[in-house]
Amino acid sequence: MKYIKFLLVGVLFGVTLSKAEVISWYRIYEMFKLQSFHMYGVIGSAVAVSIILMYLFKNKKLKTYKGQIIHVSAKKKGLARNLIGGTIFGLGWALGGACPGPMYILVGKGVMSILIVLFGAHVGAFLYHAVKHKLPH
Amino acid sequence: MNFILQPWPWYVAGPIIAFSMYLMFFFGKKLGVSSNLETVCAMGGAGKIVDFFKLDWKKNKWNLAFIVGLILGGFVSHQWLTPDQSIALNPQTVQDLSDIGIVNAGSTYLPDEVFGSDAMSSLKGFLILISAGILIGFGSRYAGGCTSGHGIVGLSNFSVESYIAVTGFFIGGLFMTWVILPYLFNL
Repeated sequence: MKYIKFLLVGVLFGVTLSKAEVISWYRIYEMFKLQSFHMYGVIGSAVAVSIILMYLFKNKKLKTYKGQIIHVSAKKKGLARNLIGGTIFGLGWALGGACPGPMYILVGKGVMSILIVLFGAHVGAFLYHAVKHKLPH
Repeated sequence: MNFILQPWPWYVAGPIIAFSMYLMFFFGKKLGVSSNLETVCAMGGAGKIVDFFKLDWKKNKWNLAFIVGLILGGFVSHQWLTPDQSIALNPQTVQDLSDIGIVNAGSTYLPDEVFGSDAMSSLKGFLILISAGILIGFGSRYAGGCTSGHGIVGLSNFSVESYIAVTGFFIGGLFMTWVILPYLFNL
């Protein structure tokens, strides 16, 4: 039961990404064609509000429900890791028209074919860890 | 109630996404969807082949609960909150898609040419879907995050790594959309 709160945040996130059409393959295509402000507005306003939240975390104005300070852990350093990994991810995002969150949301929407994408994503994550010692980071 | 059934504008969705990020921190965790791919691989016994997956996946149950919520959210939205499935795309986008062989763009959430039952059961369609998945999974774990972890949390935390990763997202996405997709669908 202690996990139900995370499930409920997931429901909120899932409904929002559905209703804002972020889970639509077409919206991703339109974004990369630079033909609509919609996706930039969604991501941009999410980041803008999050910047304010991050500021409040650092100033200790917002804490966890246990009253602990919110510390945001750093991402792993490395130009190659982030640039090459990011580029590979971008190729998949534009081809499948979905990033990981929307893949799960589309499962709930009843889209059978997204299960192939989701399966592929697990294969991809597995392959990365199988070959990562040979890759530049 | 009626506005809930309409498509939600960006200025409603963005702040709710930020609020969701805050709730995850409030509950002592961090928003990030793609790490679940590793958790599920570990659950499935991938640790027998690749040592990395010997991780204790039970520690990530909270994030599995989050993706179960995503699936439920997709179901709820589809069943009860989206009476009109059409997407109001830029007419130029509809025209561009028609030119590369994707017709009736925006009449539903997803193109039949990519996600329909005929597409998924054809060799080409299957390869498109599985390749998209492999690229997403490989790339997001190589970069250590996806649109949520790098895009929302990282950018707003002014993490240099995330600015590099999101630059990569757009290099890959623009190349796929402008160069590969027209060729792929005209095959």
